[in-house]
Amino acid sequence: MKNIITTVNGVSGVVHDDPWSMPGEDESDNRDFQIVSLERLLALAESGERLQGQYGVMLHPDDDPDILLPWLASLRLIALQFPRFSDGRAYSQAYLLRARYGFEGELRAVGDVLRDQLAAMRHCGFSSFAIREDRSAEEALKGLEVFDLIYARSVSTPQPLFRRR
Amino acid sequence: MYRYDEYDRALVQARVEQFRDQVARRLSGDLSEEEFLPLRLQNGLYLQKHAYMLRVANPYGTLSADQLRVLAKIATDFDRGYGHFTTRQNIQFNWIELEQVPDILQLLADHDMHAIQTSGNCVRNITTEAFAGVAGDEVMDPRPLAEILRQWSTVNPEFLFLPRKFKIAISSSASDRAAVRAHDIGLYLYRGGSGEMLLDVMAGGGLGRTPILNERVKQGLPWQHILTYTEAVLRVYNRYGRRDNKYKARIKILVKALGVDAFAKEVEREWELIKDSDAELTEKEYQRVAAGFAPPVYERLDLIDPEYGAWLARDPQFGLWVQRNTQPHKVAGYASVILSTKPGASAPPGDVTGEQMNTVADLAERYGFGEIRVSHEQNLVLPDIRKQDLYPLWKKLTEINLAKPNVGLLTDVIACPGGDYCALANTRSLPVTRAIQERFDNIDFLHDLGDLTLNISGCVNACGHHHIGNIGILGVDKKGEEFFQITIGGAQGKNSSLGKVIGRAFRAEEVPEAINRLLQAYLDYREAEEPFIETVNRIGLDPFKERVYPTPTDAAQLKLEEASV
Repeated sequence: MKNIITTVNGVSGVVHDDPWSMPGEDESDNRDFQIVSLERLLALAESGERLQGQYGVMLHPDDDPDILLPWLASLRLIALQFPRFSDGRAYSQAYLLRARYGFEGELRAVGDVLRDQLAAMRHCGFSSFAIREDRSAEEALKGLEVFDLIYARSVSTPQPLFRRR
Repeated sequence: MYRYDEYDRALVQARVEQFRDQVARRLSGDLSEEEFLPLRLQNGLYLQKHAYMLRVANPYGTLSADQLRVLAKIATDFDRGYGHFTTRQNIQFNWIELEQVPDILQLLADHDMHAIQTSGNCVRNITTEAFAGVAGDEVMDPRPLAEILRQWSTVNPEFLFLPRKFKIAISSSASDRAAVRAHDIGLYLYRGGSGEMLLDVMAGGGLGRTPILNERVKQGLPWQHILTYTEAVLRVYNRYGRRDNKYKARIKILVKALGVDAFAKEVEREWELIKDSDAELTEKEYQRVAAGFAPPVYERLDLIDPEYGAWLARDPQFGLWVQRNTQPHKVAGYASVILSTKPGASAPPGDVTGEQMNTVADLAERYGFGEIRVSHEQNLVLPDIRKQDLYPLWKKLTEINLAKPNVGLLTDVIACPGGDYCALANTRSLPVTRAIQERFDNIDFLHDLGDLTLNISGCVNACGHHHIGNIGILGVDKKGEEFFQITIGGAQGKNSSLGKVIGRAFRAEEVPEAINRLLQAYLDYREAEEPFIETVNRIGLDPFKERVYPTPTDAAQLKLEEASV
């Protein structure tokens, strides 16, 4: 995928050779780094097949993340969608995947992903960001360099401020 | 008052810088208007009919004298000399230049204030009643929990893009003066059998196009869980609230669709998973915040002050004002004073000039402890006034036109800014308000009518809370012409109810006469000291309809109207 920012160990940067492909782009069975749709993942499971190697899945904002429980250990990446940047369902999905289900792989924000939302996304556990393609990922990176103190707890700061004050 | 520490201060300061950058990017074209929209809304900035409007947060309606002076400065230096206090205890400035907003926000931040989340699809200003901490009938001060909720909800990253706006109110008095039942989450705070702080949580209230009073989803919630329970409600709402239709996106629609029991169960299930975690509130944090709301050092005063008593006997005008515009205080010898922002024709409800604000700030320091409150009825309150100071204070308030003795009376109208300012309104609520205030200007008549609320909204968004006015007026557009529909029987507080439409809508110029007929019917039917709302509840709508619509034509039209409602 193009226009990707990733955060590794707290350091964020633009990735120029991101290996991942979106659902429907290249679904040859033996290819690594595919993000498949949830439907495909379920269909494969139904037929007893298993994706080999590195793979990821993309959820619809309506999906309950607990449907992924059987795969969480083998999934390398989960993509959550922002159909519009004002649609905040994926923030809760991200929280659940990280804080409740303990997903440790890459959590990627896709769709209408823009600079001014990145800090909130990072708080909720996103670790990579597919910046909307008409926007510069280098510019968007500034969205992660902002002061992002919050009072409540979040995935990235599990202790609320009042326990640290 | 709660005082900011270095964290609070750092947050509002950083927010100003962030928004300054966003405004610069908007002006340079880097941000499209569509992209800028949610950013500016979350900083309280609307684009209205004629200009930008900036809504500044007054958390739970509490201001210091210095903060009020800052608002006065904004009114004078950046606006046209006045601001408009709202039903949610905030203040709006109507004539703001986009380029100046970062400087205004800087001024606010330098005085521990902000405009964060006063708009947008996020958790808004937490409101409570104007007499919190001082009301004679209060169980305990709800402001520490309101402040804790304010902090928790401010830039809470998971809940910044909810399906729709989200309003929380908390009250802890025998009378609910915060319209708690009309909120997305309403909280009643009280003490349990062994003195512990408990909350009843109501969810799914809201006015607007589909007015619904909230219903209880949790009884006796221990206070330590206020944040986790709110988090559970918001997570359920964020995930399952409708996003396909703006008019069906409030939590009330979700609660109705699921049924309140199923909704409560869903919340409970979520809450069970998070309640015993670091998010549980600590006694230490409660005490830290509550210290900011410790009562001031009151003087020991006699219950009755001879000089005050003498003025009451000597000056009936003063007596009238004391009767309507003061509230019992929990400390002997003190009263809370309500400054009516409803003088009638000279200013729209809630509008206060910079000059008035400066004088009120001075008076708050001279006669009180330097604190001012904003009420749900859009009035200002000086919470701690010695009874012996009421007379000189009244004199001074009279000089600045904030002493109309009409609090709780017909002319103490709650009104939205309407079509004169608002881009959403399809009718002008202010001229109708003025016409009603002019028609019923006789103070003796108003006092004879007694407690009676009249609320008016310029469109179905219901910012004037018309559904919960004893008399409600809603402006509707019919083929380009303004009409006004009248409801009666609405009420806020513990006995909240939604008003019912009495019949066909009126042209603007017909409204005062229609109100007059309603009032005459009430005067004819009322028993002894029975307030308007009780008469309506006792005899129903029909006797009022008959008097307001006396002709058969009207009656026929009424049927048509009812069929279409």
